[in-house]
Amino acid sequence: MSLTTFSLLAFADLFPRGVAQYAVGGLFIGLGVATIYLGTGIIAGASTFLESTLSYVSNVSRFNQTKYVTSRDWRVVFTLGIVGGAAAYALAFGEFGWTTQVQWWRLLGGGFLVGVGTRVGKGCTSGHGVCGIGSLSETSLVNVATFMAVAIGTAQVVAALGVTP
Amino acid sequence: MSADTDDGRGLAFTLVILLGGLVFGFGLGLSGMAKPEIVLDFLQFEDFGLVFVMGGAAVVSGLTFFVATNYLDRAPLTGRGYTRRLKTMDRNVPVGGVIFGVGWGISGICPGAAYASVGLGNVTILWAILGMFLGAYAQGFVRSSRADETETVEPTASD
Repeated sequence: MSLTTFSLLAFADLFPRGVAQYAVGGLFIGLGVATIYLGTGIIAGASTFLESTLSYVSNVSRFNQTKYVTSRDWRVVFTLGIVGGAAAYALAFGEFGWTTQVQWWRLLGGGFLVGVGTRVGKGCTSGHGVCGIGSLSETSLVNVATFMAVAIGTAQVVAALGVTP
Repeated sequence: MSADTDDGRGLAFTLVILLGGLVFGFGLGLSGMAKPEIVLDFLQFEDFGLVFVMGGAAVVSGLTFFVATNYLDRAPLTGRGYTRRLKTMDRNVPVGGVIFGVGWGISGICPGAAYASVGLGNVTILWAILGMFLGAYAQGFVRSSRADETETVEPTASD
């Protein structure tokens, strides 16, 4: 077996679904961030929507800081845009109606920790992972390296315990 | 006329936010991030494609931030100056990263991807969104209570 064939096989093992949709999808994610940034100067992350939206219904002082109350309207618009953009993708590629098989308690429990963790750690995969890394922020590099390592460990443990999907 | 704290204004502003959200959501759908199964495959070393998602997105945002902060003046719709996303480093950053990492590893879902998953018609994902709101509420509630007890006003840099 030639070296080239070997490395192609290894590559296919690493990327069983290919890389095109991942790379192009990533470019679109970056373009979405860039559109808002160039037009408004706002660096939009997805997780602050949680807190700012809670300010509509909660009197807890933490959610009613000026920065959340003044941004909550456009964050709702941004989130509706995310839903709509994904719907456009699903309709265009015939995937509308796709449903996850991951069990509800994993989604609920994992979601809870994600909700706590993004707020404690000042951002999520889009805020730190895309915008923060794009800003060459050391804080974001630390956060992303931490959550990547922990998430990989956690997912491996969950799989080793035989939980599927 | 340009107040950095007041972001609600005008149809053009709203349309740009919406357009950005649409493109962002389309990308989340195309990249597979809206499917927890694909994220979990990545975390279990079965498909490394997500490296290209985050890498591709960060390259585009990074180039945009670089050009805007160096060569452009102010954002046309708000008058805001262009800045980079630089948050302060403290103990909360790695602690939050650990909590987020456990949650991401269990569920395969993160905030933006969860909203996008709704767009696929994936009603099951509402469990994750419910969980995220409960988690964010619990965190905010506890922090507010603590702040009330100690009577300290703690300004945080979270955006």
